[in-house]
Amino acid sequence: MPTYTFSVNGKPVSIDVPADMPLLWVLRDKLGVKGPKFGCGIGVCRACTSHLDGDEIQPCVVPAAQAAGKEVTTIEGLADGEDLHPVQEAWLEQDVAQCGYCQPGQIMAAVALLKRTPNPTDADIDRIENVCRCGTYFRIRQAIRKAARKM
Amino acid sequence: MATPTTRRGFLTFLVAAPTLTLATDMSAEAALPSLPAPADIVDLGDVLILAGTPTSNMLVLEVTPEGAVHFRLPRAEVGQGITTAVAMLVAEEMDVPVANVRVSLSDARPELLFNQLTGGSNTIRSLYGPVRRTAAAARARLVAAAGEEWNLRTAELTTKNGAVHAPDGREISFGELTATAARSTAAVTAEPKPEAHHRVVGTEQSRVDARAMVTGQLKYTMDLDVPGAMPTVVRRPPTINGSVRTVDDSVAKAMPGVLAIAVVPTGVAVMAETFGQAIAAKDALRVTWNKGTVDDLSDPDIKAKLRAAALPFVVPPLLTRHVDGEFDFAFVSHAPMETNSAIADVRADRAEIWAGLKSPIVAKQTIAAALGLPQDKVTVHVTQGGGSFGRRLFFDAALEAAQISKTMRRPVKLMWTRVDDMRHGRARAASHHKIRATFALGRVLTFEHRVASVETDFRHGLGEILTATAAHLPVAGNLGFAETVFLTTVKVPYDFGVVTQVLNEVPLRMHTGSWRSVYSANTRGAEEIMVDEVAAKLGKDPVAFRRESLKSDRQRAVLDKVASAGDWGRTMPKGFAQGVAFHDEYKSCTACLVEVDARDPGKPRVVKAVIAVDVGRPINPLGVRAQMLGGLTDAISTTLRAGLHIDKGLPLEGSYSQFHYARQKDSPTQVEIHVMPANGEPGGAGELGVPAAVGAIANAYARATGIKPRSFPITFPVDFDPFPR
Repeated sequence: MPTYTFSVNGKPVSIDVPADMPLLWVLRDKLGVKGPKFGCGIGVCRACTSHLDGDEIQPCVVPAAQAAGKEVTTIEGLADGEDLHPVQEAWLEQDVAQCGYCQPGQIMAAVALLKRTPNPTDADIDRIENVCRCGTYFRIRQAIRKAARKM
Repeated sequence: MATPTTRRGFLTFLVAAPTLTLATDMSAEAALPSLPAPADIVDLGDVLILAGTPTSNMLVLEVTPEGAVHFRLPRAEVGQGITTAVAMLVAEEMDVPVANVRVSLSDARPELLFNQLTGGSNTIRSLYGPVRRTAAAARARLVAAAGEEWNLRTAELTTKNGAVHAPDGREISFGELTATAARSTAAVTAEPKPEAHHRVVGTEQSRVDARAMVTGQLKYTMDLDVPGAMPTVVRRPPTINGSVRTVDDSVAKAMPGVLAIAVVPTGVAVMAETFGQAIAAKDALRVTWNKGTVDDLSDPDIKAKLRAAALPFVVPPLLTRHVDGEFDFAFVSHAPMETNSAIADVRADRAEIWAGLKSPIVAKQTIAAALGLPQDKVTVHVTQGGGSFGRRLFFDAALEAAQISKTMRRPVKLMWTRVDDMRHGRARAASHHKIRATFALGRVLTFEHRVASVETDFRHGLGEILTATAAHLPVAGNLGFAETVFLTTVKVPYDFGVVTQVLNEVPLRMHTGSWRSVYSANTRGAEEIMVDEVAAKLGKDPVAFRRESLKSDRQRAVLDKVASAGDWGRTMPKGFAQGVAFHDEYKSCTACLVEVDARDPGKPRVVKAVIAVDVGRPINPLGVRAQMLGGLTDAISTTLRAGLHIDKGLPLEGSYSQFHYARQKDSPTQVEIHVMPANGEPGGAGELGVPAAVGAIANAYARATGIKPRSFPITFPVDFDPFPR
């Protein structure tokens, strides 16, 4: 099996896995990084949304080989120690989460959106496709608006 | 040893522990709260409260030396915010900060009998009194311990911020008192605070678990590290309830990472080092299957059966003016984000289970029987769930994980794939509705509703509860469980003369289950559409007609609230319209006003929603609004686009790209939710938000397009290539 070296939330890792193994299972089952959640395995629910070199990815459809030499950031790596990212703060202030399962992915998608578009319109926010089965969309929208003002 | 101490109203058992740990319990010598008379029981929540009353105070609360209060909640948290609301109740009674209260989910406790079922929007209704009484007892014991320490009468002492205060300014923290309080056998009396003194209850409180959620630290079942429990998935049949005939695992067992393969009653289980490898090996199995239970059935057959099963109306149409309507609702997956999953460690003489379970006692009993173990050798841990909407009333994943663990002789971490969760999981049953309203002189004379539904499965302990409380039920005769649930959950809130609502079920061996609001989303949703159509026939405005037909001022107040806050009747551009509806259940009521953009009738969007809700006594208004927002999104989804197509014994939909639950782009950009002030005891809130929103959305769509919606979801093509079976 090939060996891949990359970093996860700032820490270097080396791992022997098949090249086509989805990154989600490398993170969860090999490295014990459990923040990214499984919801579909085909990149449509986006509960696993994380960042690869700062860009949004769905690790359930990204093969492990693609992470080689790159920086993976999951929800666990977003805060600076005890200091939360402004998007996480906004999420707390709007009390967004219900079951919470999709929220790591929602937050990582929102962070990526605000990086691309610092002042997103409603139409920009509409393009976030992450599923929230508890239906918290309106609070997510409010939190993104609030985070944009903070940042 | 437990030390019973007679107290006014109830007993407190000090649990042998170095810190104050008490379990309160009812006993024959203590005054039991009087059971409600049959006439007082009006809804399913009352039935659940009645069944749980004998054990309702068997709650466990502990004060740690650090001053934290640990409360063990015999319910399931699946996102509804009950751990936060219960922490607030404890904090209120004990005068401790909410942040110092930790609420954990109890393991299955068979001694609670019927009092560990999370459903019927009933957690706060059933626990509001018992949790406050338990916390009040703990506070009284801490005060008594301080009185002994200082040699002061307890009447002179006060509590604030987790400490007891003496008149001379001395204070001592609960943490410092807990060891003394645990040794004391003094009799103390305690009553919960008068509600007028509440300072925490009724205020907005953020979720106690929110920080863990936004930092990725909250542990769901699949995030737990149980030693030796390895990733496992199951290859499932091509039709519902099919079974394995032959298996060729020659390719699969040689694949990297594969640890074990076993045939179980539901399919072929594959365990591997990672879920990625387990899924790949599962797909490489060559399996032939025996037929399932509904292989020949597709949507048209089911629809025909439902139409044939709808009972006839009593009032003939010729005698008077009338409006008739017929409605069809598709199957709807529960589709919680966390798929069905469980961990099981089954040994020869014992078993341990972890899963999100709303009915853990029945799960424990069933798993013990399936494994051939005594019940007390099976430990069932309740983990926090990633959504439920009724789904986790069923413990099929826990049972399946136990069977796999027993067969493989090793611990199992079982996860269903999304495709399996949608196709072999549970769904709201499809239903057909016939409604006839007759009217004269501006008044409705009769309102008849005939519901035909595919059978909803209640085999998760509710049947036992209904049997145990049968003598108290307000329904006459020997009705089945389903009719009893129907009649105790669904009611017309209007003075519509002679009202009859009758359910007839079609038993099909499919995986159905209660879906947030059970029968009400469809039944009351359809009725609210008919209310608009009757109003139109009478030449009345939809709000004005509801206003004059509602039964109470409390109901009218929520309707008035949305009409004023939502600017009912304002001029809308062409293709846009407002719609309104009302719903009353579990001693709560709500009105919903939406604005819909249906310029393209094939792509309607709810652009604004205004909701008013009266839950009697909101514990956490922020949480109540969250529940109503969730109900609104459920209604948007199931009314407009989300459903399951059944084709030759299997749902076609297999993921969120096919089952069109709402996304951000389908959600309104403006939402206002008004929570009415406290005016009584807490009512139910968890399911309340769906039915009125269904009616409001359908009514707005009808007003915007001129099309009377009759089949739901309104837009429902097979717009995808189904996954292979």
